[in-house]
Amino acid sequence: MANAHDSKNHVADEDRRDVLFLATGAVGAIGVASAVWPLVDQMNPSASVLAQSSIEVDISSLEPGQEMKVSFLRAPVFIRRMTEEDIAAVNEEDASGMPDPDPRNPNTDGAVADLRDRLVDPDRDIIVLSGVCTHLGCIPLGDGAGEFGGWFCPCHGSHYDKAGRIRKGPAPENLPVPVAAFIDDDTLKLG
Amino acid sequence: MGTIPQEHYEPKSDSAKWIESRLPVLGLIDHLRNFPTPKNLNYAYVFGGILVLFLVIQIVTGIVLAMHYQVGEYAAFASVEHIMRDVNYGWLLRYAHANGASFFFIAVYAHIFRGLYYGSYKAPREILWIIGVLIFVAMMATAFMGYVLPWGQMSFWGAKVITSLFGAIPLVGESLQTWLWGGPFVGDATLNRMFSLHYLLPFVIAGLTVLHIWALHHVGNTNPTGVEVRKESLETVKKDTVPFTPFYVTKDLFAILVFLTIYAVFVYFAPNYLGHPDNYVEANSLVTPSHIVPEWYFLPFYAILRAITFDLFWIIPAKLGGVIAMFGAIAVLAFIPWLDTSNVRSTRFRPIYRWWFLVLVIDFFVLMWAGAQPAEGIVPMVSLIGTIYWFAHFLIVLPVVGLIEKPLDRPESIEADFAAKHPHEPASGTPAAATQPAE
Repeated sequence: MANAHDSKNHVADEDRRDVLFLATGAVGAIGVASAVWPLVDQMNPSASVLAQSSIEVDISSLEPGQEMKVSFLRAPVFIRRMTEEDIAAVNEEDASGMPDPDPRNPNTDGAVADLRDRLVDPDRDIIVLSGVCTHLGCIPLGDGAGEFGGWFCPCHGSHYDKAGRIRKGPAPENLPVPVAAFIDDDTLKLG
Repeated sequence: MGTIPQEHYEPKSDSAKWIESRLPVLGLIDHLRNFPTPKNLNYAYVFGGILVLFLVIQIVTGIVLAMHYQVGEYAAFASVEHIMRDVNYGWLLRYAHANGASFFFIAVYAHIFRGLYYGSYKAPREILWIIGVLIFVAMMATAFMGYVLPWGQMSFWGAKVITSLFGAIPLVGESLQTWLWGGPFVGDATLNRMFSLHYLLPFVIAGLTVLHIWALHHVGNTNPTGVEVRKESLETVKKDTVPFTPFYVTKDLFAILVFLTIYAVFVYFAPNYLGHPDNYVEANSLVTPSHIVPEWYFLPFYAILRAITFDLFWIIPAKLGGVIAMFGAIAVLAFIPWLDTSNVRSTRFRPIYRWWFLVLVIDFFVLMWAGAQPAEGIVPMVSLIGTIYWFAHFLIVLPVVGLIEKPLDRPESIEADFAAKHPHEPASGTPAAATQPAE
């Protein structure tokens, strides 16, 4: 009985065994991958964090020329009601020659960062901007700070104009406009 | 490397030689891969591998849970619910961890009773065995502290009752208890240190496991016959053993898959079956649950704790007596190598002792049952009888039976035992050659 395999059977056995090895390995790999996925996915935002990703802001008290700062997803958002003069001044400028001509506004589909395409709603005088400097993440100073009367980041000297566009300094991009919408005259929804 | 002759690893490629001459890690891997393992091991020997896997499962799921758990008496309970409801797959990770503890203990009890039955503790494996007892103690401490972390009613009152045990120690007991609690009550300080130690101890267990496996590889596995591998030469070793890879890798993997399947049934279909509903009520220091029970794996020792309701030897008060009995019931395991007087390793060849072994197993389950019951009616008496037998088994039966028993004839070698059981297998001496897997 010992070592009774003839060579032909032996080869057939080995082929069979290769198939078994491959099949076992494949099933094992799928099993391990499905076991590992929850370990990876648990680090993604949890349901409680995702639930914070939309807030409503009451803007009724904002007078022309006034600005408010709200915390959204643990970062500031600047909301400013522009004056007639601000709007007129910004509209006179040509954005195409600025350091960043992109409007950076997910709420419109404009190609150039003129005022119209920097607003959440082009028919309103409210400008909404992410309050995080596009250089290295500091919070710019507002209320007309900087050489262009908009915002100025004290960390590395980036100047943003009244429409939040980068005009001077190391920051590469305009302050982006967050995803937002006006629910009614007095309420802005962020996220 | 160990006392069993094994083919020496010779690095072949230049890079392998370069590494091996600086850190012999390739030789270590080769040693582990090809470790000569007795060829007659049965399925009682699969639990070591299962235990290593569950240590890994517990550490991995535990590290991940600690990313979301918040320690603190006002935050802990809510954070566990946050894990269950909000965290992606949090429910799965927590249930895998909680049931993982139970299955870890199922495997460790099987592993311990395997060792007791086949005499795995006998010379030269005393240190191997004692390290195992230390791992068991560390596991119990870890599991206990882990159960406190959700800060439910059972967590809180379990913590209070178990730490109060230390208050029974004469003279220093009360200050020791305050030291453990970090104050005059079980609170934030207690919970914080339990979390810290619950995170630490698994790595202590991992370190002890390395020592445990090191000792195992130095002296070699036991086997169901208790007859040692013949270590005279490579030739005789090859007649008694097969290389660990692929033979026992395959066998262990099969056992692991069966075990994991049962584990998965619990995790997915009965995740709270082994737990207590009371632990879904937040800890309340003013209300004790009507019936406090530890997790099932502590029940035998909990029964022993409760069994002592009278002063021991007229001088030890009952409270202290229970504590001594409970810790003694575990500590006695460490002395078994010297309590067993038989010169036969495997119970297979011990016609009298095997019945006593059976009684010990029954005793273990009886104590487990008694520990789960309210302490009333016949339960205290059953607990007491069970406790007495537990100690009598190790302190009286084990030494005496070894002296009076006439053991059965043992096979002269593993090879002979194997050949008798498998008369149609290829002649031994070339087991690896006859069943070499395809590369």
